[in-house]
Amino acid sequence: MRTSARRRGVAAAAAMAVSAVGLTACSGGGGGAAEATCTNEIKQPDATQVTVWAWYPSFETIVDHFNETHTDLQVCWTNAGQGADEYNKFQTAIEAGTGAPDVIMLEAEVIPTFTILDSLVDLSEYGAGELESDYTPGSWSDVSNGDAVYAIPVDGGPMGMLYRADIFEEYGVDVPTTWDEFATAAQDLRDAGFEGHITDFPTNGNALNYALFAQNGWEPFQYDTAKPTEIGINVDSPEAEEVLGYWKGLIDDDLVATEDAFTTDYNAALVDGTYAVYLAAAWGPGYLQGLSEADADAEWRAAPLPQWDPENPVQVNWGGSTFAVTTQSEQPEAAATVAKELFNTEEAWKLGVEEAALWPQWKPMLESDWFTQREAPFFGGQKINEEVFLDAANGYEGFSFSPFQVYAYDQQTQALYDMVEKDTDAGTALSTVQDGLVRYATEQGFTVTE
Amino acid sequence: MSSGTSTSESVVVPATARPTSKIASRRQRWGYVYVAPFAIVFAVFLVLPLGYALWMSLHNKGIATAGRNVFVGTDNYVKAFTDPVFLEGLWRVLRFVLVMVPVQILVALVAALLLDTLATRLSRVSRLLIFVPYAIPAVIGALMWGFLYSPRFGPAQDLFGLVGLTAPNFLSSANIFGSLVNIVTWQWVGYYMIIIYAALRSIDPSIYEAAVLDGADRRQIALRIKVPMISSSMVMIVVFALIGTLQFFTEPQVLRSSAMGAIPTDYTPNMYAFATAFNYSQFNYASTLAFSLGFLVFVGSYLFLFLTRKQSGLK
Repeated sequence: MRTSARRRGVAAAAAMAVSAVGLTACSGGGGGAAEATCTNEIKQPDATQVTVWAWYPSFETIVDHFNETHTDLQVCWTNAGQGADEYNKFQTAIEAGTGAPDVIMLEAEVIPTFTILDSLVDLSEYGAGELESDYTPGSWSDVSNGDAVYAIPVDGGPMGMLYRADIFEEYGVDVPTTWDEFATAAQDLRDAGFEGHITDFPTNGNALNYALFAQNGWEPFQYDTAKPTEIGINVDSPEAEEVLGYWKGLIDDDLVATEDAFTTDYNAALVDGTYAVYLAAAWGPGYLQGLSEADADAEWRAAPLPQWDPENPVQVNWGGSTFAVTTQSEQPEAAATVAKELFNTEEAWKLGVEEAALWPQWKPMLESDWFTQREAPFFGGQKINEEVFLDAANGYEGFSFSPFQVYAYDQQTQALYDMVEKDTDAGTALSTVQDGLVRYATEQGFTVTE
Repeated sequence: MSSGTSTSESVVVPATARPTSKIASRRQRWGYVYVAPFAIVFAVFLVLPLGYALWMSLHNKGIATAGRNVFVGTDNYVKAFTDPVFLEGLWRVLRFVLVMVPVQILVALVAALLLDTLATRLSRVSRLLIFVPYAIPAVIGALMWGFLYSPRFGPAQDLFGLVGLTAPNFLSSANIFGSLVNIVTWQWVGYYMIIIYAALRSIDPSIYEAAVLDGADRRQIALRIKVPMISSSMVMIVVFALIGTLQFFTEPQVLRSSAMGAIPTDYTPNMYAFATAFNYSQFNYASTLAFSLGFLVFVGSYLFLFLTRKQSGLK
């Protein structure tokens, strides 16, 4: 085991490396391993090198671990930007026909976006199918289609509710377990003199909003990668309208804020006591701890996500990432090995959990005592994994995203913003998105069923 | 000038009858060598990409049509000029032109006229201070204003609080237009001011003496003598501002990270083209949008230069 001093040094080096990559990001890429420049140090110069794009925090420790434990394969890692930034570069590389890495980190929600561009290798040819039992069913469903496997799951975002126990206690309000109780708690907090809002419903929440709708049985897209030109679009459904109408009601009563997510203002509001609740994925606790301006007296606790029907609880997922192999790779077999083995040891996962606050989809880690029994100091020693997120992870059944997910998100952000700003109702917002997506899909050559 | 005359002569004189001496042809060959460095860079980095973009704009490739480029002629252009999103973006930048260009030019002109009249140390310091924002990269400037506009971190709430008011939300959809005008004006006024100031300094001071002898006061000198004499510079900066505003991109794109609802991805035509290419991977339609915008910018600038040909001296 490493000492903590060594770990800090590694983290600092990784941070410096990330900022160095940021400066040279334009020149990044390079499908051929020979001319690639790596952020990390190559331990075995003679071994086959596989280029990897990823943006995990402290990823260099994982890469070093891989390179130290493999003699025939070496990972050459580049941080090509986070989320959309990396996808933009990947899409440009696909259009150009060159410049993509061998292995790329993708969030599960964009896998169909890239499979339809024929840019991801079906990993079942390289034995990925045998790994199904190693991963949670929901995460496997997100990366596979029938026998085809387009990526190897890495981390996930099972959802729970993080709340300020001190605020609920101060105003004498019970912690809600259903959405009905949640609405009542919002009003009770206000009546008792709480000046903030119970939580925020960001109109640019994208995947968060999808998860909240999905909890009520919303299935916006029917998409099968085996029939890539056919898509069912059913965004405007009674299930979604019920959820969105619920939030619209809370917004109209000024019980819920509508600040954009992931801005500096929002980050400050999360931790300074403006919101009593943070509806979060399993990576949320790590995110919270990284924010400054925190309220010093805050007492955070975690609870399961409120339910619509407590008799039949539904678990949902927000975010989560995978490793895929690109069709531009000239060494798909080596690349597939890297995708499979970067995160398939307990040691690698211990680094991932401790340094990057990742939530493993790899069952041997997920079910280990070391992981389930971890106590979170930020949550007063609560075993948040076992008490909250483990059930959510095991209960998640997967979700079908569209092959134009970025467009779908942008349309939704706009419609929800208009709903809040121009005071239209939930049904109008959803039908606007529905019509926009049907028109777009038809233009793009899909056969659309509504 | 001379090259223009020689080509018009060569049109008149038949090519076979032209006396071509060895010296002249060798001299021409050397001319090509001198032009080559520029010509190569110009061709590789401007003409070729433009040609490729034009080719792309005449083809189409839907996400679901298996990656084949199909020739569609002007279909994409018909689509662009009937695309409500593109037209709305155009109308928006046009409104920016109508508001932002006059504001910038007026502020720059007043500042330059004042600085030209004063000759104190204060004027030299002010000149530098007005120019400094232009030296800040546009992205950094926009990021900085993003923080100044922030309801939580910005100073607005404190300032308005002093007189018991609530600060407006600069990043709401109602106020974002003015917030963007403010950023661009702050950034570019100094640059335009320097151009106008330089033009003012090049006016012969004896003209002012003559005007004073004729009984003109300072205001009359400024408005009746200085402004007309720098009209060609004024036309030039209006063209700069016009082109820059029609291609509006950096400031709204950067500010979008803190106001995603108020600034949609298709806020300006350039942003729409960017999102279409890099977020939605439709490079063909994005090329069409870029070409359409380029064409409109060309027409707009030409029209303006034509209408002001008397002031600019291009007649």
